Amino acid sequence: MDNKELQRIKSRKLKNSVFHGLIFFCTIFGVIVLALLLYDILKKGLPWLTIDFLTNFPSRFPKKSGIFPGLLGSLWIILLTAALAFPVGVGTAIYLEEYAKENRFTEFIKLNIANLAGVPSIIYGMLGLAVFVRALSMGRSVLAASFTMALLILPIIIISSQEAIRSVPSALKQASFALGTTKWQTVTGVILPYALPGILTGTILAISRALGEAAPLIVVGALTYVSFIPKTPLDQFTTLPIQIFNWSSMPKREFQNVAAAGIIILLGILLLANSTAIILRDKYQIKIKD
Amino acid sequence: MEPKIKIRDMNFYYGDNKALKDINMNIYEKKITAFIGPSGCGKSTFLRTLNRMNDFIEDTRVEGKITLDDIDIYSKDIDPVELRRKVGMVFQRPNPFPKTIYENIVYGLRKNGVNDKQILDEVVEDTLKSVALYDEVKDKIHKSALELSGGQQQRLCIARAIAMQPEVILMDEPTSALDPISTMKIEELLLDLKENYTIIIVTHSMQQAARISDETAFFLNGEVIEHGETKVIFSNPRDKRTEDYITGRFG
Repeated sequence: MDNKELQRIKSRKLKNSVFHGLIFFCTIFGVIVLALLLYDILKKGLPWLTIDFLTNFPSRFPKKSGIFPGLLGSLWIILLTAALAFPVGVGTAIYLEEYAKENRFTEFIKLNIANLAGVPSIIYGMLGLAVFVRALSMGRSVLAASFTMALLILPIIIISSQEAIRSVPSALKQASFALGTTKWQTVTGVILPYALPGILTGTILAISRALGEAAPLIVVGALTYVSFIPKTPLDQFTTLPIQIFNWSSMPKREFQNVAAAGIIILLGILLLANSTAIILRDKYQIKIKD
Repeated sequence: MEPKIKIRDMNFYYGDNKALKDINMNIYEKKITAFIGPSGCGKSTFLRTLNRMNDFIEDTRVEGKITLDDIDIYSKDIDPVELRRKVGMVFQRPNPFPKTIYENIVYGLRKNGVNDKQILDEVVEDTLKSVALYDEVKDKIHKSALELSGGQQQRLCIARAIAMQPEVILMDEPTSALDPISTMKIEELLLDLKENYTIIIVTHSMQQAARISDETAFFLNGEVIEHGETKVIFSNPRDKRTEDYITGRFG
């Protein structure tokens, strides 16, 4: 090896380590920003996070402010949204994957569902306002908001359910059919049990997206100052993200801290939902490894 | 003896491609009929026309007539779901459901509305005994079927098929994914099962056909070149192509 060759190897090694450093920085950048945000929120919010904060209504005084109506509003909407979107979404996925014939119409529907998943959420809010709030006169209610949110997450649920159903080995389906079962019996007997972990994971992730949405609900008409809790689906409501948004725009500085405490609650719920998705997936994956 | 299954002038198409040509064949009750021939010659396709599994493949078409006990299985009055209860199937690779051994066997019965635990328990024990699996798995009947070895899984799949008490069992190369010992066990099992069932087996192995079958049909390029008693086919084939194939000159 002469000098020139050594020089070349050296410069190649240098390039290698520069690139290594660059992509490492890219990775760490996101983590650092997230850590800083979390640190800031926890520092501001933790001291304000008390039982009273969870059970109080919003107030003009930061010390007395609580998140109770937002928390309940969010829970109401999430439960109703899930109850609306889950059966429709899974049903659509079963139809598209198992029943629909491969033709232009099916292709058209599939393409549209994929496109709908990319539509900005505020558009759904406007649709909800026009259709559910006005045309179907549900008013600015929990119900109208849930229908709007259900539409918003429906494409995500359909697409992830389709993927889960597609992953069912055709050998299992054939085994079921060969035993003299109908299509529906095969769907309930083999396909759904096998695909369920994937379907649940997709659904929970979609629901946690809905949990964090504020824009469409503002359009549908969520309130920003609420001194009551929704008792029926036809009541008015507010949700966590809207309440947080409202506090963060208050002139009093202390409300920034109240907002931070609210963010911690919202993050906690999101984390809980996502871990449930992971736990469900892992639990069932061990059972049906092959 | 009246044939169990009669196939008359049958053609099968994948789209415009004619995969099976002018098939005429009689299949007899309580005998093992083996289909041999090189890959892609239509053996499996033909097997699947007998329980209408090809219905699931889009753009396929059957011409001619196939009867089971003199009933046309492609007639409009026949529900393929009903047909498949009478004509069971075992596949190339063991494909137990990701359920317990017990639930695998009773799956078909449950779907047909049998839920009496006593009956199901009996069926599980009887079928496991008849596939010679009972002693090996009796302590783990309620454990996952996926914990069994490949050979055991395939015997479980046979048990699952016979739990429906079919009249005919179709087998699509049931031992090609198994080791020699498991293969031997399954071959012994088939000789036992022939007492009660009409068995049709597709096999890559001519030795296997010679060992266990009563009748053999030799397929080539979608046609049945020769069909007859296994002894005759292997000792004294009429057609030059059959002779070339069984002596290993091609395939």
